[in-house]
Amino acid sequence: MALPKVKEDTTEARLSSLSLPEGGGWARAAREDAVQRLRISGLPHRRDEYWKYTDPKTLTQAEPQPAALFETGEASLFDRHDRLKIVFVDGVFDPDQSDDLSLEGLEIERLAEAAAKDIHWVRDHYGVLESRGQTPVARPLATLNTAFAEDGVVIRVTGKVSKPLSLIYVHNSETSDAMLHHVVKVEEGAEVTVLENGPAAARFNTVMEVDVARTGAFHHVRAQGRDHERRAATHIFAHLSEESTFKSFTLSVNGQLTRNEVVVEFSGDDAVAHVAGAAVGDGDFHHDDTVFITHDAERCESRQVFKKVLRNGAVGVFQGKILVKEGAQKTDGYQISQSLLLDEDSQFLAKPELEIYADDVACSHGSTSGAIDETALFYLRSRGVPEQDAKDLLVLAFLAEAIEEIENRDVAEDLVERLEGWLSRRRG
Amino acid sequence: MAALDTTDVKEGVDQETVDQVKALSGAYKYGWETEIEMEFAPKGLNEDIVRLISDKNGEPEWMTEWRLKAFARWKQMDEPEWAMVHYPPIDYQEQYYYAKPKSMAEKPKSLEEVDPKLLETYQKLGIPLKEQKILAGVEGAEDEAPAEGRRVAVDAVFDSVSVGTTFQKELEKAGVIFCSISEAIKNHPELVKKYLGSVVPISDNFFATLNSAVFSDGSFVYVPPGVKCPMELSTYFRINAENTGQFERTLIIADKGSYVSYLEGCTAPQRDTHQLHAAVVEIIAEEDAEVKYSTVQNWFPGDENGKGGIYNFVTKRADCRGDRSKVMWTQVETGSAVTWKYPSCILRGDDSQGEFYSIAITNNYQQADTGTKMVHLGKRTKSRIVSKGISAGKAQNTYRGLVSMHPKAKESRNYTQCDSLLIGSECGAHTVPYIEVKNNSSRVEHEATTSKVDDDQMFYCQQRGLDEEEAVALIVNGFCKDVLQALPMEFAMEAQQLVAISLEGSVG
Repeated sequence: MALPKVKEDTTEARLSSLSLPEGGGWARAAREDAVQRLRISGLPHRRDEYWKYTDPKTLTQAEPQPAALFETGEASLFDRHDRLKIVFVDGVFDPDQSDDLSLEGLEIERLAEAAAKDIHWVRDHYGVLESRGQTPVARPLATLNTAFAEDGVVIRVTGKVSKPLSLIYVHNSETSDAMLHHVVKVEEGAEVTVLENGPAAARFNTVMEVDVARTGAFHHVRAQGRDHERRAATHIFAHLSEESTFKSFTLSVNGQLTRNEVVVEFSGDDAVAHVAGAAVGDGDFHHDDTVFITHDAERCESRQVFKKVLRNGAVGVFQGKILVKEGAQKTDGYQISQSLLLDEDSQFLAKPELEIYADDVACSHGSTSGAIDETALFYLRSRGVPEQDAKDLLVLAFLAEAIEEIENRDVAEDLVERLEGWLSRRRG
Repeated sequence: MAALDTTDVKEGVDQETVDQVKALSGAYKYGWETEIEMEFAPKGLNEDIVRLISDKNGEPEWMTEWRLKAFARWKQMDEPEWAMVHYPPIDYQEQYYYAKPKSMAEKPKSLEEVDPKLLETYQKLGIPLKEQKILAGVEGAEDEAPAEGRRVAVDAVFDSVSVGTTFQKELEKAGVIFCSISEAIKNHPELVKKYLGSVVPISDNFFATLNSAVFSDGSFVYVPPGVKCPMELSTYFRINAENTGQFERTLIIADKGSYVSYLEGCTAPQRDTHQLHAAVVEIIAEEDAEVKYSTVQNWFPGDENGKGGIYNFVTKRADCRGDRSKVMWTQVETGSAVTWKYPSCILRGDDSQGEFYSIAITNNYQQADTGTKMVHLGKRTKSRIVSKGISAGKAQNTYRGLVSMHPKAKESRNYTQCDSLLIGSECGAHTVPYIEVKNNSSRVEHEATTSKVDDDQMFYCQQRGLDEEEAVALIVNGFCKDVLQALPMEFAMEAQQLVAISLEGSVG
């Protein structure tokens, strides 16, 4: 079916502003394939059902909207942890600020370097999960990324890695338009933690493809400090084999437009996936969490916990779906999305979906939205807590359920501190 | 924290439930056909057919124009594809849009004159004799109506025409107008002009627009200010003729401070081919008015191999226009091959209330995509949605709903709960809720957490040794049964079967 004119125009305009990166045969083939797929799906438009609540215009137009540089000290968020630092400035790897890319239990390389080689393990992975993740719902911005991302890291995890990998994104140019594509392959029994933080670029598009083999584990904690005018579309595609674990948490503080898509597919029995997020937005803030979890194996557990605190006209979106395929018996699927609206101007838009074709499953979802509980506030006030402190306490308590999903308590503490900072800054 | 929207079948599913669903899916009781001579309009759809329907109903020019406008609009529209239902493309030119029993050409004066086959139809449908006389359109039969006991005024629609409406005189005494919509167009044009299309505009959606162009008959109710309608009103829809679409239009107006309870039932013969049914129901509730609308939808669902059955594409919407108005939709959906139906409430008046209670059962190859929209516009508006979907065989059952709190709908409240139950490994149950909250003084709870179920009831149950889950199940169940038992008497027979279906096991 031919694309609607408006989509075709947007797509062609975007394509004409880009050129395929340098790279060897396999990378070239994967990228050209992605361009072809993109021409079929077209870039998203706000009339697409999947973009009902988020206008993708500024993400799809040929040139990014400029974003002023704004120092929030985010780059140093995880500084007190021993970690392997990998720094990107406006989407380009910076070897000077990064640590030496070697660590026991890991093979790690820049995508640009891997793509230049004729033979590389990543050739069988690059764009594969992204491509699988296009059905039943197209995610064209991820396809665009596969085609044009020049940089990123490719990581093969072969053992239990002693310290986290820390991807740090520095924003240095007001008009930067960055695309990063990471591939993570966790081998049998291996385990790794990946941290991501930093404001990145004026416009940022990322794809992370994560393949977790039998009994492997992947932990992911991300802090998005998308202050002011910055915009981002992020994608995680995870493929889980038997008894593997995938846990991802995202903290978002402000940002004009953020769309975080997480696509998880269970193909081995007894695997576990937890996806959580806490977002706090003030003013010109549009934050969209879109999650799609496919259960295609038995006895898998998926859990989605998303909390948003919104004020001054901020908009929070949650689109979560659990798809349980025929035969995926004993599935345990849980999903909760909640928002706390701190004033009359903010909005929460949610579409929590279940699609279930197996009869021996327990899937549930819940969604609530409302103001701060007056009774709880009164309780704290009656105990002498000043009103603003009481409100902050209740906000933190509200977000706690999502933050509890983070296994690494030290990292969780960093994030709570960051949140407290946001609350006090908001007051001042 | 256990959320309530649950798709869950464990060993805990009651055998009784399974058996009941099987029993319901067995022989379709109403699958027989009345052999009666019919007068058809030519097959297909074009302006001439629209004019012909209008002409057959003896409509004034403004009504014909209204229909033609809708038809012109419809030609530019595409059939919606977003619902989770799949069926082969419908050829709208292969349908008859008008069918009327020949014997109804002139209204029979006495029972003897009524076509015996028509009489037989009502008898077989289980409508009592006294009513039967009236239903068959015998003039004067109203006077013989029993004066005691529970009375329900009935408007019976047989294919494209209203056969008769009972108790009209008595209703008139109370000031209530209850007649077929074709009569209303003739006798109360000012009301029809004012309200028709004011809730579901002619360009609303593909099926509603089609209905606006070709609707043949349906019911009209007007309850004047301050009147509590003295009896329940009911419409019985029967599709009989083959390849005939049924397009009825119902318009209910509850003026200030009035009350009316309205029931709708429907059946159709068992056939190999699919038949089209695209109805529109509009309800207007003015200040302090209350309308209860109950449906037991039992169109032929197709056989166990998915052959035949009704395509049921229905647009039902209530406009709670006045302050403190209230509309309650109750539906028990067991029939139809494909159901596409979202009874909705526009809560425009301050303090207005909308309620939606639904039980949808699909079996064999049935597909249902049903739910509600609650659009909160007025201040302190309240809505409640309780939906139970049961899917068996190879059926697909989808709840699709919207709760929208507009910025001005301060201090409004919504509570939504939808449970699904799957019986067998080849069926599907889906939930697609849309939640849009645009102010913070309103509270929206979708599949509320256990703590949001009435705390006192929870406490009571748990105090007596039930665990949290059992307590929730008990409360939910009790609530569901309440809804069913609240269904008006007319539906007692069908409802009782459904009451027996326990929903235990749907929470967990």
